[in-house]
Amino acid sequence: MSAATAMSDTPILKVDHLSMKFGGLVAIGDLSFEARRGEITALIGPNGAGKTTVFNCITGFYKPTEGMITLTRRDGSAYLLERLPNHEIPAYAKVARTFQNIRLFSGMTLLENLLVAQHNKLMKASGYTVMGLLGIGGYRKAASEAVDLAKYWLEKAELVDRADDPAGDLPYGAQRRLEIARAMCTGPELLCLDEPAAGLNPRESLALNTLLNDIKDNTGTSILLIEHDMSVVMQISDHVVVLEYGRKISDGDPTFVKSDPRVIAAYLGVDDEEVTDVLSEVGDDQVIEQLDAEPDRAHGPADSSSMMAGSVSDTIAHSDDYGERITVSPSASKARQIDELEARHKAAKPGDAKRGGDK
Amino acid sequence: MAAITTSAPAVAVSPIQQGLKEAFYAGLIAFGLFVLFIGLKTDQNISNELVLVQRWGLLATVVIIVMAVRFLYVAYALPALASRKAAKAAAPAVAAEPGFFGRHFQQIAVALLFLFPVIAISLSGLQGSLKWIDNFGIQILIYVMLAWGLNIVVGLAGLLDLGYVAFYAVGAYAYALIGTYLYAVLPPGYAWMAFWILLPAAGLMAAFWGVILGFPVLRLRGDYLAIVTLAFGEIIRLVLINWREVTNGSAGISGIPKVEFFGWFTFNVSNPNYIAKVFDLPTSSVYYKIFLYYLILLLCLLTAYVTIRLRRMPVGRAWEAMREDEIACRSLGINTTTTKLTAFATGAMFAGFAGSFFAARQGFVSPESFVFIESAIILAIVVLGGMGSLVGIAFAALAMIGGTEILRELQFLKQVFGQDFTPELYRMLLFGMAMVIVMLWKPRGFVGSREPTAFLRERRAVSASFTKEGHG
Repeated sequence: MSAATAMSDTPILKVDHLSMKFGGLVAIGDLSFEARRGEITALIGPNGAGKTTVFNCITGFYKPTEGMITLTRRDGSAYLLERLPNHEIPAYAKVARTFQNIRLFSGMTLLENLLVAQHNKLMKASGYTVMGLLGIGGYRKAASEAVDLAKYWLEKAELVDRADDPAGDLPYGAQRRLEIARAMCTGPELLCLDEPAAGLNPRESLALNTLLNDIKDNTGTSILLIEHDMSVVMQISDHVVVLEYGRKISDGDPTFVKSDPRVIAAYLGVDDEEVTDVLSEVGDDQVIEQLDAEPDRAHGPADSSSMMAGSVSDTIAHSDDYGERITVSPSASKARQIDELEARHKAAKPGDAKRGGDK
Repeated sequence: MAAITTSAPAVAVSPIQQGLKEAFYAGLIAFGLFVLFIGLKTDQNISNELVLVQRWGLLATVVIIVMAVRFLYVAYALPALASRKAAKAAAPAVAAEPGFFGRHFQQIAVALLFLFPVIAISLSGLQGSLKWIDNFGIQILIYVMLAWGLNIVVGLAGLLDLGYVAFYAVGAYAYALIGTYLYAVLPPGYAWMAFWILLPAAGLMAAFWGVILGFPVLRLRGDYLAIVTLAFGEIIRLVLINWREVTNGSAGISGIPKVEFFGWFTFNVSNPNYIAKVFDLPTSSVYYKIFLYYLILLLCLLTAYVTIRLRRMPVGRAWEAMREDEIACRSLGINTTTTKLTAFATGAMFAGFAGSFFAARQGFVSPESFVFIESAIILAIVVLGGMGSLVGIAFAALAMIGGTEILRELQFLKQVFGQDFTPELYRMLLFGMAMVIVMLWKPRGFVGSREPTAFLRERRAVSASFTKEGHG
């Protein structure tokens, strides 16, 4: 009993000093955070903050340059995700994910999509095909159980009426729900959702919230999600991590994050002018000048936060150790400006500005 | 509404008039095109001089045919098509209840295949049926089997393989080399076992080579994968040509033993157990062909059965899922490496079976039989039939292999085009034209829709517009 309670205290996911560099571009720099068991953790940040890159590192699509990602399962076994090949992460570490640009098997029916998700279980039941082909062993029973599980999740996602339609035929919102249902069919302990509410109308968004809360309450699956839609984040998440330019600038519960000045500056819609007003009160003209400069789009993170826009293999291989080293202009980070401002206000301390995230 | 009526042509041209006009233009274009191609021909006369032969009669025939076809198309076919389309649009959509034939199509087709030799013999006699059973029946079924095997790799797993014939060659040479040796080594009463041992062994060897090919190309996709598989096919052929000590080079291996019926009777006239002696029948080579026909038919049915079963197994679903989206597969914990390798190996295994059958049927193998065009034809059958569909592929093999064979038979064309016209020379041209027409008419092949492998309430075919072709 005490072991079980101790277990529930360990975070399901622990990210330590994670760095990901593409050539000279630092997509994630020294990021550490934790996702607690049975909670919904949200990862937010402006476009290009590196949220999807964090996801790709956790789910094994990228191999991080530095750092450690530890996943502790319910039974206490721990996995170092950065060392596992990416198909073993869902299979052994029980991490499932969805994609920002939906990736369903569009030519297969909804039911087939959910059966493919139970591949490893069914493969074992069919004696790695040989026994199943000869009709011996428990494949038939396992197959009907798999259909039952698929039906359960189709009902949860309110898609059971369309079970025999091709997935490509579904409307957008239903495709998002199907992708979540498919991820849940792998029996995950951690579910990673990449912008699940993107492109949904308010009604669909509400249905999504219900589905996610239902997953959290009834299956005990912990959820890590990237989201732009603040109403979703504030309503359902228990814990929020904010990224800007690959660095953590805030970490806490939604109310704390909402009032954190660095988050406000970086993300929640304080525009340049307001920052300028604050700065001119202090009379720092140099910073104002720097502010006028746009972040370097050509070398910095692109507008799209998706590193998955192309096929993953296209983007995985392109990093080389000898690429030119580009650092994003320090003035681009608004969170850091706030930090610098605070430092100047205090004035007692030496002038070195605190780095974002070292709060 | 008013705009539509006024925009209609003020003077209605009757289809006949329109047809005549268009036929005239078509004739003019055909004349311009063919006047040099067909009207004039360079030839050698008896003293080896270059002379110009004029063939105005042939040119006139071709132009008249073009005009007639254009006239019939414009004057009759187009209006008929338009009115049918209008009638279809006007009539309410009725869910067509398939008739007896539609519902039991597969059983009827298999029954017909089993009856085919009987029908052929009763229609054209014992010797006359030889051509139909051998050139048509066996030949088509070999390609059906090869195409069904390739279908696993291309149609289900979505991996474009241009070197499939290499596995066919591995199977054929496995039987030609090891089978011949076994036949000589085994004690006389057990020599018949050579083929039955080598049939599965050739399949396993080809599967092994499938894995050997699979490993280096796992990282490649699309065009790159196609080029490397093409190279693999050529490497195998070049090894067969140049490794003379073992394969006898381009001369090939002859004297490959015939298959025997489990030691009960043989198809060798000099053997005391010759089938005609055992059953007291007239001597004929057709018995062996009939036996081979049923053998390849059973092998085909085995291929179909295994494919159908595999599609409903997790591995088959993983193949199709990989064709749809490989990254999503990996995110669901599917090991795409082993999944690709199993697809390569399973496809190659069936090519190996077909190869050892081919060697036994021909009694002779040489690298000539395993050139790139064979891979291309097998791939064309898969694409033409509709990737993934067994029935469509079987029909495509019938059309492509049977079609080219039947073009050999079109001697009546000599009456139309003159005595020096040889239809055989045109069969590849007609064949190419037919392929272009079919792909225009049905871009996703004869059967474009996909049959789902599992269903909750009712099985509904998935339209071709949702399925993907895979990207290597």
